[in-house]
Amino acid sequence: MNARATLNRDGETLTLALSGRWCLNDNTPDLRQAVAQEVSTAAALAVDGAAIETWDSRLVAQLLGLQRWASRQQYALHFTRLPDGVDALLTLANAVPQPDHRSEPERRWSPAELWAALRYGWRESSQFIGELGYALGRAVGGRGDMRRQDFLHFFEQCGPGAIGIITLTSVLVGMILAYLGSVQLRQFGAELYVADLVAIGMVREMGALMTAVVMAGRTGAAYAAQLGTMQTREEIDVLKTIGLSPMEFLVLPRLLALVVAMPMLVLYANLLGMVGGGMVAISMDLSANQYLTETANAVSGVDFGAGLFKSVVFALLIAVAGCRAGLNCGRTSAAVGKATTDAVVAAVVYLIVADATINILYDKLGI
Amino acid sequence: MSELPPIRVDALTMAFGTRVVQRDLSFDIQRGDVFIIMGGSGCGKSTLLKHMIGLLRPAAGQILYDGVDYWTASDAQQRQLRRNWGVSFQSGSLFSAMTLAENIALPLQHYTRRSPAEIDELVHYKLSLVGLGGFEDFYPAELSGGMQKRASLARAIALDPDILMLDEPSAGLDPVSSERLDELILQLRDSLGATVVVVTHELASIFAIGNNAVFLDGETKTMLDYGDPKQLARHSEHAAVRRFLGRGNLLAGH
Repeated sequence: MNARATLNRDGETLTLALSGRWCLNDNTPDLRQAVAQEVSTAAALAVDGAAIETWDSRLVAQLLGLQRWASRQQYALHFTRLPDGVDALLTLANAVPQPDHRSEPERRWSPAELWAALRYGWRESSQFIGELGYALGRAVGGRGDMRRQDFLHFFEQCGPGAIGIITLTSVLVGMILAYLGSVQLRQFGAELYVADLVAIGMVREMGALMTAVVMAGRTGAAYAAQLGTMQTREEIDVLKTIGLSPMEFLVLPRLLALVVAMPMLVLYANLLGMVGGGMVAISMDLSANQYLTETANAVSGVDFGAGLFKSVVFALLIAVAGCRAGLNCGRTSAAVGKATTDAVVAAVVYLIVADATINILYDKLGI
Repeated sequence: MSELPPIRVDALTMAFGTRVVQRDLSFDIQRGDVFIIMGGSGCGKSTLLKHMIGLLRPAAGQILYDGVDYWTASDAQQRQLRRNWGVSFQSGSLFSAMTLAENIALPLQHYTRRSPAEIDELVHYKLSLVGLGGFEDFYPAELSGGMQKRASLARAIALDPDILMLDEPSAGLDPVSSERLDELILQLRDSLGATVVVVTHELASIFAIGNNAVFLDGETKTMLDYGDPKQLARHSEHAAVRRFLGRGNLLAGH
């Protein structure tokens, strides 16, 4: 039989008679709605459970809700003839008094709070940079907590481990540059200068930038996820307790590995980019000899140096963005995901800002 | 209708690949039992529990629930069986990215069609049962270990399970908290009419709540004895079982 709640009035007392099946998967009426209309006209409410056939949590949860409501309104409520077990469960549920945790009100940003958040962000960033500088200094002095095997492990991951993907991207970027240039240069009959465009484009700009973007997605994200997971499992707290500095023990080997690996990867990317560009150029009636000669004339050591300097800056930025996001990670599994996203987004923004800044500097300095 | 035990383990052999964990396990768990799976560390207690909740497949033998084998049952039967199991894992295993309320609402949303307001009401009731009413909006990381265990218990009983399986419910809790948890388990068993299976090696809990038990031995890789733990402590014919249960004479006061 379906669950039913029938309300009867007897002078000043209302009686709510329950009958039928009161289970999770049954269609059951809402008790508070059932009494809502009449309840203000009577002094007391009694709930009679004599005719209940079967029941589960659905019934007890509703009775508990009714009880809470009645006690808030200071309304006289009592239960009679409830099925066996329901009383015991209600007693158990009421055994521990409810603490009053009011949820925090919605955050609304006032200018003062925004200013405070900015100042906090600035202080936190400068503290991170400061600690990192201190750790670097100690490492140079040979007194750091960094372990050499950690450095080698991360170097292997971000150096040789990245060769495959860097090969693919840099050959393709070289080809893209060559196509882009040849369409324009052909109008002037100057296809030969495709070689210059590819060589300078790769060496000064695209080699470092594309490698950095790939490494931000590949290595920066990995750093954030590793450190973030350690943070959720309280491993970083353990390190601090043991007396090891997370900055020296965790961040430094990762950062140095990337800083050492990046210039090598960028040199490799530069060469492969020129190979990619060469393939396109040769398919457009340029001889291999012409392409090689023109390339050799186009770029100088200064150009290579300009690209490599960028690669070192980029490596620092990627590692800092990744490790910082990981160390600031919250304690939940969702926080690790957020840290990883933050690491990549921050790294890409840093890269683009830094690249623009360095290019302006090069221009002013005439490099 | 002949009365089949809610759980019958029949000649069960558990193995990972070729490495046998336990062999020839046979015992019945009766309705309303608080059944203890006990044994030394690493003997396969938790592995047995994982077999009983259909996470691991028996290498040989079978586990029957009211006569139904999980692994040969149809999809609908399997779903029905799983709905009737409430499980709390060793570490609590609350979803760390969800609040307590969301953790407990998850099975309710999956298996019932109640409205959000009704689910809130149920969640509040379940949390109140374990003494955590008012902590709905807290994340697991904001709670103490004991509170996490109780929240995990609340999630396990969300759907009024017929069989409640608890892996080390009181491990890592202080004696007072674990005594309270034991009482809670008994009260829930009595008022919900559930059958409870508990993996534990806490002697106090074993004697306080268990009325039936199986002892798994890590060396011989099979069960040594099976019965009421208080009886086993005094009269088991296996010295290993008596030694395990006799440590510190916890029974002295009983």
